[in-house]
Amino acid sequence: MPEPLVEMHGISKDFPGVHALVDCHFDLYPGEVHALVGENGAGKSTLMKVLSGVYRRDAGTIKVKGLPVNISTTRAAQRLGISMIHQELNLMPHLTVAQNIYIGREPQVVPSVLNEKALNDEAAKLFETLHLRLDPLKRVSSLAVAQHQMIEIAKALSFNSDVLIMDEPTAALTDTEIDELFRITRALRERGVGIVHISHRLQELKQISDRVTVMRDGHYVDTRPTADVSTDQIISMMVGRTIFEAVPEVPEHPSEEVVLEVRNLNRGRVIRDVSFRLRRGEIVGIAGLVGAGRTEVARAVFGADPFDSGEIFVKGTKVAIKSPSDAASHGIGYLSEDRKRYGLALGLDLETNLVLAAMRRFLGPLGVIRGALTRLAADRQVQNLAIKTPSLKQTVRNLSGGTQQKVVVGKWLTADTEILIFDEPTRGIDVGAKSEIYRLLNDLAREGKAIVMISSELPEILRMSHRVIVMCEGRVTGELTAGEATQEKIMTFATQRASAV
Amino acid sequence: MTKPASPSFSTAVGARLRGDAIQQVLAFGALILLVLLFSFWSPYFFNVPNFNNIVEATSVVGVLALGATFVIVSGGIDLSVGTVMTLSAVMCATAVAKWNLPVPLGILVGILTGGLMGLANGFLIARLKLPPFIATLGTLNVARGLALVIAGLLPVYFPTDELQGMVMGSAVGSVFPEFPLPNIAVIFLGAAILAAFILSKTVLGRYTYAIGSNEEAARLSGVNTVRWKMAVYTLAGLFAGLGGVMIAARVNSAQPSTGFGYELQAITAVVIGGTSLSGGEGAIIGTIIGAFIVNTLTNGLELVNIPQEWQIVATGAVVIVAVYLDIVRRRGRAS
Repeated sequence: MPEPLVEMHGISKDFPGVHALVDCHFDLYPGEVHALVGENGAGKSTLMKVLSGVYRRDAGTIKVKGLPVNISTTRAAQRLGISMIHQELNLMPHLTVAQNIYIGREPQVVPSVLNEKALNDEAAKLFETLHLRLDPLKRVSSLAVAQHQMIEIAKALSFNSDVLIMDEPTAALTDTEIDELFRITRALRERGVGIVHISHRLQELKQISDRVTVMRDGHYVDTRPTADVSTDQIISMMVGRTIFEAVPEVPEHPSEEVVLEVRNLNRGRVIRDVSFRLRRGEIVGIAGLVGAGRTEVARAVFGADPFDSGEIFVKGTKVAIKSPSDAASHGIGYLSEDRKRYGLALGLDLETNLVLAAMRRFLGPLGVIRGALTRLAADRQVQNLAIKTPSLKQTVRNLSGGTQQKVVVGKWLTADTEILIFDEPTRGIDVGAKSEIYRLLNDLAREGKAIVMISSELPEILRMSHRVIVMCEGRVTGELTAGEATQEKIMTFATQRASAV
Repeated sequence: MTKPASPSFSTAVGARLRGDAIQQVLAFGALILLVLLFSFWSPYFFNVPNFNNIVEATSVVGVLALGATFVIVSGGIDLSVGTVMTLSAVMCATAVAKWNLPVPLGILVGILTGGLMGLANGFLIARLKLPPFIATLGTLNVARGLALVIAGLLPVYFPTDELQGMVMGSAVGSVFPEFPLPNIAVIFLGAAILAAFILSKTVLGRYTYAIGSNEEAARLSGVNTVRWKMAVYTLAGLFAGLGGVMIAARVNSAQPSTGFGYELQAITAVVIGGTSLSGGEGAIIGTIIGAFIVNTLTNGLELVNIPQEWQIVATGAVVIVAVYLDIVRRRGRAS
């Protein structure tokens, strides 16, 4: 056995309020592809960011080629031969391929005068040794995402890296592009590069990886040779957790009245032929991994993004939704996962936020806002939702995350919204506030609201939903009733790539 | 295996002929149309003395626009170039008239004044992270006020016409009498060549594009974005300082209450020339064409007796149209 390139032992990392990594292990040998898998939030990216100098570890040791090291910056990691390609690519679209690769270290004729020819020649030579088909002179903005990935790989290797970390490299790629990526990955492996392949697409691990390490909730679970484990075993290692001590509530039977029906919704490669129904008093959970197209569907139904084709029916009538205000007038409300950005006017007070979506109802002659009415309406929501606040004039920025979430809900309730789409309603909310949000959702359903809940947390989906719709790559890959849904079944559907069906 | 595509002529042209390049061709067409229009409209337009007028006016605005090009390519904006120009003119004239410095040193004082104001902009924007629009709106008024204070509210006259002779004479005309291109135009041309060289051939230019294209990516790639942004604003200030010397030479004095409004002309010239207000793309050649368009329009409107106040309205409208075209252009490419 050769000497490992990287050995990480007992790595821990805390962020305010979260143990992101607890006592994690990882090692990497030259000439291997080591897959790192786990659910969203399992700590895969965080662990690799510790290795690549983005974050500093709080505890543990890292050895690179046998020597203990401290990696405090991405530069330090690069000097040790460690490069990471992040999920959000870091390229300058207006510059050419070669200019991007050598940004910050351009060859120069005399100091500060660029040697463009040397730059392009070096890039061409680099592509030749890597067997990449890239034109150094092309502007990055004219290339496809897959080629952006190649540029990042070439850039990483131009630092003579022997450790290459790829965070979800296949997330935005088509099947042929993935084949190309894997071809390059294998070629690099031949050259002795150690590659970390972070992914939650289990099918592809079998194709590309030699070993697989599973993480869960910031903990290390196990490392196995990929050939020795089945996909099912990996799934059960990924989900086998018991942090949800709360007993799932038995969902009550919703009424039969369909209030929202989506038929054959399509948009490019992001939303593919999505259909579903939502009944009065029902909570439908939409499960899936990051990038499955869940938020995209929600935003399309809400009119925030256009769609190519498809029909939307509200209470049996076909409706044309071209903008969020169309959606709101048909009684559809969308509660964004990023409530700070899309859901709230943070600098304004509680009262204003609560009446914002229904302002027209509170206008007197000449468009003057009738303060008495808005106060009354806001006060009713504060009582109704048990919003904890010193006063209606409290600035929303100063309320807690859970309370802010209630304010968004209150805003839509003031606007008489019948259909509520919650996108990651408990993200960034502490456990206590979570259970309050769950109670709120249940109450709303019991009152006859129809609810779509998008969530990446499987226990939350299982606990709350009457029905679960699972998406993968823009498609609905499965639908389960509350009785039949399990984490394993959902994960199987959620990783069901079109090519594997 | 196949050789990785060699830099052929067609790919080079293909890579260039998009976005800003198309806009430059269009702008050049618009300039020709303007010249034709005013030539038919006014009998006083198409002659050498009038072209000299246009060239002189364009040279001053054009030099400001050269600096503004860097700032806008980097994704920023500089509203202070007009009044920084005035402050530089006042400093240049004060140095010569009141401190009795020789003219070449006065020129240096003027240019360095601009550079200093530019450095201040860069510090506020890159180091203190003020939004460029607000920071330079502040320095616009600081420079405007300082110009009045230093000049004591009155124009500062040069004791001799040495500077005017240097800048407004015609070295070309002394060799080719039928072609009296004023020196101010030669200075503008020289400044433009320098600017084009810096923007396309030097590290500063490359990082100007990189910062305008994706500042975070540039930073993560090890580019010291704070330092380079300060350099960009300082360069814009130096060009404004040169503009100040040129405008002072043109009227042989510094007029402390002028200069306001030049920044919009400069920005208009840059945007008409195909430089995107969202940063990352643009070229000096476009800015030169843009500067000629702006000044040909003002000159032509004057000659066809459009009242001054309506000329102001017209140039304001041109700014709006230019910015709208920029947005349409970007939207077209995004889809």
